[in-house]
Amino acid sequence: MNSLILTTATRLLVALLLVFSIYALLRGHNLPGGGFIGGLIGATGFILYIVATSAAEARAALRVDPASVAMVGVGVAALAGLMSAFVGQPFMTGQWLFLFAEPGEKGLPLSSVLVFDIGVYLAVFGGILTLVFALEEEI
Amino acid sequence: MAEDYPKVDRVMGGVAGLISIAVPAVLFLYFIMLAPQIAMDAQVWAAEWVPSLGISLSVLMDGLSLTFALLITGIGTAVTLYSAQYLGDHPDYPRFVSYLLMFMVGMLGLVLAGNLITLFVFWEVTTIASYLLIGFNADSAKSRRSALQALLVTGTGGLVMLAGMIILGSVVGSFEIAEILGSGDMIRAHPWYMAILLLFLAGAFTKSAQFPLHFWLPNAMAAPTPVSAYLHSATMVKGGIYLMARMNPALGGTSAWFWILVLFGGFTAVFASVLALRQTDIKQVLAYTTLMALGTLTMFIGAGTDYAIIAAMLFLVVHSLYKAALFLVIGIVDHGTGTREAPVLRGLRHAMPLTALAAALAAISMAGIPPMIGFIGKEFMYKAGLGLPGLGAAWVTVMIFAASVLMFVVAGIVALRPFMGELAKTPKPAHEGPWPMLAGPLVLGALSLLFGILPSTVGFYFVAPATRAVLGMDAEVHLYLWGGFNAALLLSVLTFLAGWLIYRRHEAIRARLAVAEAKAPNFDRGWDNVLDGLKALAAWQTRLIQTGSLQRYMAVMFATFALLVGATLILRGGMGSGINYDAEGVHPIQWTVLALIAMGAGLSTWTSSRMTAITALGVVGIGVALLFIIFSAPDVAITQLLVEVLVVVLVALVMLRLPHLPSRAKSGFRAGHAAIAAAVGLVTTAVMIAVLQTPFDRRLTDFFEIASYPDAHGRNIVNVILVDFRATDTFGEIVVVVIAAIAAYALLRGAPGASPTPAGEPGARGEEEKA
Repeated sequence: MNSLILTTATRLLVALLLVFSIYALLRGHNLPGGGFIGGLIGATGFILYIVATSAAEARAALRVDPASVAMVGVGVAALAGLMSAFVGQPFMTGQWLFLFAEPGEKGLPLSSVLVFDIGVYLAVFGGILTLVFALEEEI
Repeated sequence: MAEDYPKVDRVMGGVAGLISIAVPAVLFLYFIMLAPQIAMDAQVWAAEWVPSLGISLSVLMDGLSLTFALLITGIGTAVTLYSAQYLGDHPDYPRFVSYLLMFMVGMLGLVLAGNLITLFVFWEVTTIASYLLIGFNADSAKSRRSALQALLVTGTGGLVMLAGMIILGSVVGSFEIAEILGSGDMIRAHPWYMAILLLFLAGAFTKSAQFPLHFWLPNAMAAPTPVSAYLHSATMVKGGIYLMARMNPALGGTSAWFWILVLFGGFTAVFASVLALRQTDIKQVLAYTTLMALGTLTMFIGAGTDYAIIAAMLFLVVHSLYKAALFLVIGIVDHGTGTREAPVLRGLRHAMPLTALAAALAAISMAGIPPMIGFIGKEFMYKAGLGLPGLGAAWVTVMIFAASVLMFVVAGIVALRPFMGELAKTPKPAHEGPWPMLAGPLVLGALSLLFGILPSTVGFYFVAPATRAVLGMDAEVHLYLWGGFNAALLLSVLTFLAGWLIYRRHEAIRARLAVAEAKAPNFDRGWDNVLDGLKALAAWQTRLIQTGSLQRYMAVMFATFALLVGATLILRGGMGSGINYDAEGVHPIQWTVLALIAMGAGLSTWTSSRMTAITALGVVGIGVALLFIIFSAPDVAITQLLVEVLVVVLVALVMLRLPHLPSRAKSGFRAGHAAIAAAVGLVTTAVMIAVLQTPFDRRLTDFFEIASYPDAHGRNIVNVILVDFRATDTFGEIVVVVIAAIAAYALLRGAPGASPTPAGEPGARGEEEKA
């Protein structure tokens, strides 16, 4: 598509969408958002890039194969689930670490649940882009 | 030593070879050490596997399983040692030993399993390993066909048997073999007994190649010779025998059991030994004698008296020893001369003295000549046959006499004639095999002799415990080489005489058998016909159901949905009285959104532009997202919106490449689709109204609302459910997402060489949206 406005706007929008997707991912545990939504937003950003430029350019910008991203995502999610094995708890039991927590506060919560959500993000992001690239490049 | 054997550096097949030899050898020693203990009392050891289904990983170790375990590991050691030399320089040798070890694990699991379902799993492992090993020479179409045939025949039998196991398990209330064996009387009196028996026997008969399902076994000889020696004579085909012996206390002892096993077993034994005379390839001769052995074992397990079971257990050991040795000998001969044709091979004892010795030891046992263990085995078979009541005695004695005579003949054909006389010219100049290949057959042959001289040892440690296990009660077992002058001895002498006479006239008999065989029905070809018929049926029903028209698929699916759900709704009283159809309380904003959705849906059916249709559907989706927002479900709404955007983009990508919609399809066609669409809409609406009338169960909602923050440290319940409470579900879902994406990717990329655009479609597309 040869639209100057779209091409120019896309450069800003893609960056915004990607940042926003990570924002949605990180706030997900307490506010609307999460890995699934974040992954979708991120994928939308790249799809916009494909539409504005070309699949080849978008692929070059992504640098890695989206199918690999998706599979890494599944792997990360599986590892997050396995973390609980180290403390002898069942698969997928959430493990939490509250950094700098004052009494009664939760401080900076780091958790296997967040790692799992990152896995979901990557799987959705990579899965959808795999599909879109295939559609765009082959048809 | 000749140059076609691998040099020393590859002897033993490297690391893979050493592992493959060490594993069975160590296990063999372990089982030997267990023998004195097991000879006294059976052992059971159990661990949970799938407790919810009553499946445990229990091990039942008694005389029967120990005898089998020793055969599996002992002959396994000989065979792996042999293979390291025979196939050690084959590029796929590591793959070969992996399959062989996989088989060994499966077979050991099968004979040691203390639970029926566990037994079935290992049973199937041996089937799969057998498939892989028969088809090891995957370049040959014959190998592939034989492998598939063996897999389909034994696999089908296995599945039928599984049905029998499930019925048996529900009748007894447990899948534990020990419990099943203890409830024999109850099972035999149960109305389902006959069904259980027939289903079990289907499994046993296919695995142990009983007539008329025998045809796969001779074809399985397409496998490398060590495999034939191991799987298709000594161990795997005895899986069915093991099953029948194992289930004897539970299923045996009825007249149905007696006659089915005795008739089929006896007929298989004689039929196979006659066919053995017909063959010229020595390996095929041995394949048919294996059938004979399996028939004999089936017959004696069916006969079921103390003597019959002793005879069966003894013959099991006897046959495994001599048959494995003979197969390995054939491999050496084949390797050393380049041929397996009986008419060509003569005088090999000059060139291959040690091979000749091994062959002689095995063959004397096979022929049932004293002082080998084979002689004792034959004596006990005669004794058991003569001791049966009534008609059974006549049938079993005649059958075993005929089979023994023919065994005597075959022993001569396989192991006497090729080694006697003047050395004949063969494709390769005959030469002796190396020691790893000779060790196995020599040791096995020597054992046949040793056991014959020391029958009481074999009797005490193996035959007696195994017999007790099969009978399910105590039995007197006393093995001896010399039983005095009696009817069995007389029959033995007659056997030798008759055998000698037939051996002298063998060539003429073979010619006549060949003529007769050409006229008889051919089971192998019959199998092909069955398979062709099945393929034709599959092709026919595929053409019928899968027309390839997406429109028709969708129409059928939606029509079925509307019909089934609608009918259920009406029949179960989900409509009409008691259901409140009032629309009051619907806010004007909601009406607006609903109108928007309806307009989008309407537009998508009226437009003739694909682009407009997709966008209109996008409006529907965004309308639904708005409803989610109105009912305060932001997460669902965001997801819905994003998915809607993505779907529009994805579908647009596809649609841009499709031709224009036909300006106006035939009106009948559109009317039909409109009717289906209307029906689906109405039924869905009615279902929703009916569902919403039932009081909402808030228990789960309450739980998540309360537990979310304290337990999972999150305030967004939807996300907490996704990543914490139900994280395993989510994990499954993302795996599905990735698999779906990869599958779609593979589909779109198409097969290598396939054209990405369908032929015949003009290239000028993508004009639509500009119009």
